[in-house]
Amino acid sequence: MNRHVLSILVENNSGVLSRIAGLFSRRGYNIDSLSVGETENPKISRMTITVNGDDYILEQIQKQLHKLINVIKIVELKPEKSIYRELILVKVRADSKNRATIIETVNIFRGKIIDVSSDTLTIELTGDFEKISAFTELIKPFGIIELVRTGFTGLQRGNVQITD
Amino acid sequence: MKASDAIIQCLKKENVDMIFGYPGGAVLPLYEALRKSDIKHILIRHEQSAAHSASGYARASTKTGVCIATSGPGATNLITGIATAYMDSIPLVIITGQVKSTAIGKDVFQEADIIGSTEPFTKHNYLIKNAKDIPKVIKEAFYIAATGRPGPVLIDIPVDIQNENIEFDYPKTTNIPGYKPTYEGHNGQIKRALQKLKASKKPLICVGGGIICANAYQELKAFSEKVKIPVVHTLMGIGALPSDSPYYVGMVGSHGHGFSNKVVIESDLLMIIGARVADRATADLKLLNEKKNIIHIDIDPAEVGKNVDTTIPIVGDAKNILNRFIEKCTPLETDEWIKKIHQLKENYIKQDEDTDYINPKKALEFLSNIVDEETILTADVGQNQIWAARNFEIKGDRKFFTSGGLGTMGYSLPAAVGAKLACPDKRVISVVGDGGIQMSLSELGTISENDLNITIILFNNYRLGMVRELQDIHYGKGKNFSISFKKSPDFVKIAEAYGLDSKQVTSNREFESAIKEALESKKGYLLECIVDPNFSTL
Repeated sequence: MNRHVLSILVENNSGVLSRIAGLFSRRGYNIDSLSVGETENPKISRMTITVNGDDYILEQIQKQLHKLINVIKIVELKPEKSIYRELILVKVRADSKNRATIIETVNIFRGKIIDVSSDTLTIELTGDFEKISAFTELIKPFGIIELVRTGFTGLQRGNVQITD
Repeated sequence: MKASDAIIQCLKKENVDMIFGYPGGAVLPLYEALRKSDIKHILIRHEQSAAHSASGYARASTKTGVCIATSGPGATNLITGIATAYMDSIPLVIITGQVKSTAIGKDVFQEADIIGSTEPFTKHNYLIKNAKDIPKVIKEAFYIAATGRPGPVLIDIPVDIQNENIEFDYPKTTNIPGYKPTYEGHNGQIKRALQKLKASKKPLICVGGGIICANAYQELKAFSEKVKIPVVHTLMGIGALPSDSPYYVGMVGSHGHGFSNKVVIESDLLMIIGARVADRATADLKLLNEKKNIIHIDIDPAEVGKNVDTTIPIVGDAKNILNRFIEKCTPLETDEWIKKIHQLKENYIKQDEDTDYINPKKALEFLSNIVDEETILTADVGQNQIWAARNFEIKGDRKFFTSGGLGTMGYSLPAAVGAKLACPDKRVISVVGDGGIQMSLSELGTISENDLNITIILFNNYRLGMVRELQDIHYGKGKNFSISFKKSPDFVKIAEAYGLDSKQVTSNREFESAIKEALESKKGYLLECIVDPNFSTL
């Protein structure tokens, strides 16, 4: 089973997200992550969906998604030709003894401390899958109180557009 | 113009002359507009039948079928009919009323999320939130329903929006960025397919409902004759090639003819056209494991490669692609292959069970021989469907309608209503079982009210015959459960109560004279044929 990242242009209408999510669930495919937002054209939204599956499942997902009238274009963002990012916010336990270590780790990963309390730090970090995983592994021993991730988003590298 | 009047104007622009429906509170404005129009409205007895009748109408007329229901239960009653049309790729436009737009989401009287409910089995659906969108949405709905791979499109319109005023301007064209069906086959793929065909010694075509959707009968006939390729078909492909063609083989699949399945297994190249290679069509076939060349032609790219590995996929309209093949193909040397197929067919021994009651296979064969080629037959689901599919010969196009994909009981009677209204001059026969007819019995009222001269052949074995067989196979004989009707109604009396002619027959001899009488009747006729409960499907 391989991870695939799909970038999908859809009409920016209500109900589109439910159509797409519904298609995945009723055909037995799993969505690992999904992020969606308006593009430079307010009539069009872009969804980035991460799925796990073999070539057959990936082909089926793409073909079935294409049948939806609101779906305009689908491309697979191949790792070697794309940039992926995800944003996470982590609230971590931080006392006077370990606060400096945490800040150092955050700096190494080019994260930001965006909220501080007497016994917590809240960190914002963006990066690809590996960077986010590495960071969360390092920060885990301090005690993660809450964590939220936006899901993957991505674009193809260089001067190519999804419409090409 | 009032939005409800605008809806009717849009339908008129789409050449709609008949609607199947059932009124209710959330479609009152629309029915008032319909009352003032010259569109014929058929008041069916249950919304599910509205969708089935619209489907029969669409299949017989080649037009898009239209049906209307009110919000909530009216809309949810449509669901089985919509799903049936979706599985069989039948173009329908369904209009449902919705509660007031300000009340949506508040669980008010007769509210149901029909958009959410029908998402999985409509080609597309719309909730109108702004009355001015109505013309654009209806234009798009008819375009989406009838083009590409046809299917049902639902439009949900809140009742307050139907009462708003709009400026009526019907768009001439549509532009839907995400919907551009492919009609032309890829040149390179066609070339590759031609090469494979040339090298083939035992080529075979397998056609499904896609040939009928594409109206590609002439092209299929011309192609098989010119290139000398035999043709098998699925249940939905009945009628794609006349059964008297020298290249006609038979039906494939678990309920198909044994020799057709043998031919599929023996072929070295299979050209699948407009068939989704469903489980029922491929059961018992070693199709998936054979190392044969498979050329799969379908207008829906998602069907190609879904159920069978394809050597050469070609996406496009069957009619266009067959024309390209006719143009470029030269006759193949298949005389030996065809001779072998004819031998296989000749060696096939029809099982001819003795029965004290009616033999449905013989009855349908007899019927097939006495009616003209223009006769339309609608079959329900279960044993009656397979008896009809295997024993009633279909020689013309758009003459056999059944719920092939979803397998919906209760389909035959309302579908026959739609077919008869679409083609009043053609003879329409509805074949049903005692289970299926009881799922849409009320439509006898629609038949009677509209003076529809439909011949209903009811094979009554007082049980769900196909389920009985399945239970026998899976759990052993004598373990049948919940499959017999111990209190069946007197169908003859029921038909009479609805004002139809009716008769019960119990022997083959009786059937032969009674069916002639039924066919001569000037009104709807229900011929109840008593069948041995143990009579087999195949």
